[in-house]
Amino acid sequence: MAISENPRDFSADWIGTGSARDYFALMKPRLMSLVIFTALVGLVVAPGTIHPFIGAVAVLAIAVGAGASGVLNMWYDADIDAVMTRTLNRPIPAGRVTRNEALAFGVVMSAFSVLVLGLLVNWLSAALLAFTIFFYAVIYTIWLKRSTPQNIVIGGAAGALPPMIGWAAATGTVSLESFVLFAVIFLWTPPHFWALALVKSGDYARAGVPMMPNVRGAESTRRQIVLYTILLLPAGVAPWLMGFAGPVYGLASIALGLAFVALAVDVWKGISDRPAERAALRLFLFSLIYLFGLFAVLLVEHLARPLFGV
Amino acid sequence: MSTDIQPLESVQLTPEQERSRRVRNIAIALLLGGLVVLFWLTTIVRLGANVFDRPI
Repeated sequence: MAISENPRDFSADWIGTGSARDYFALMKPRLMSLVIFTALVGLVVAPGTIHPFIGAVAVLAIAVGAGASGVLNMWYDADIDAVMTRTLNRPIPAGRVTRNEALAFGVVMSAFSVLVLGLLVNWLSAALLAFTIFFYAVIYTIWLKRSTPQNIVIGGAAGALPPMIGWAAATGTVSLESFVLFAVIFLWTPPHFWALALVKSGDYARAGVPMMPNVRGAESTRRQIVLYTILLLPAGVAPWLMGFAGPVYGLASIALGLAFVALAVDVWKGISDRPAERAALRLFLFSLIYLFGLFAVLLVEHLARPLFGV
Repeated sequence: MSTDIQPLESVQLTPEQERSRRVRNIAIALLLGGLVVLFWLTTIVRLGANVFDRPI
């Protein structure tokens, strides 16, 4: 960025007029809420006990870390956010926060979240959080997003790590059970994002982001969506089969998993554009219900177990 | 001896930029204060009952 002779121009480039709300929006609060919820579930269902206050500190640090990675994503993606209708009004493309301010905010919040988690909870969970931020900001945002249609498949690992971080915060270790929770979100990510990409493919094409529908076509994307929902079905049931979730979860995971596959098949069979778009939108909305429902049942059932003496 | 002081050439902020900077400064102060409280409370929680179990 060139520094102007005129001090006023210099300040306009480097100092924004962003409010607290803008900075909060940079942290992607909707993504953060999903991270908070899945991390909380990982932390609660993990064996052993953690002091509720320490648990709350862990969830807070994980939430801030996830928010910081969202800020770094918006810092790097400001150019493509400016050409997509869905992201046009974000604080950086709208001109309220400068890119430099966002970068500084993201880096500082990343460092604070990892340090707080490490110093106050444990260093394994802090290392996992640092890896998650690095994976989302560098591997996904800077590298994969603009270079391969497998971007959200591999990048999905960052979104899948929070329950494992929660588990590590509670136990100081990671186990097969936490890998299963990771696998559920990892396999859920492609059908979730590709359903949205089928509806918004024009936006992604304009921004030059190689999403699956733009690169391999809608037909191939629909086939792959079905494949991932079929793989997700046993992964979703696995917590029950492995014994760290009860029969209510078992039934819910089978019902939700079958409904997810059925809706994916609906998308696959869509022939003409309009009905296919409607089916894709329905699948996208159901994917949110699927993940929230699955983790909510896991959490509630785990908390209710002592009440029924199980 | 002349006492004239030339104004320093520096970055000039618009009133809107100044207002948002003030809000940011307050937010940073609150954040740092919050961290102090968080570390203090965590120390107390981790020490637990041992906080009273020490020679006076």
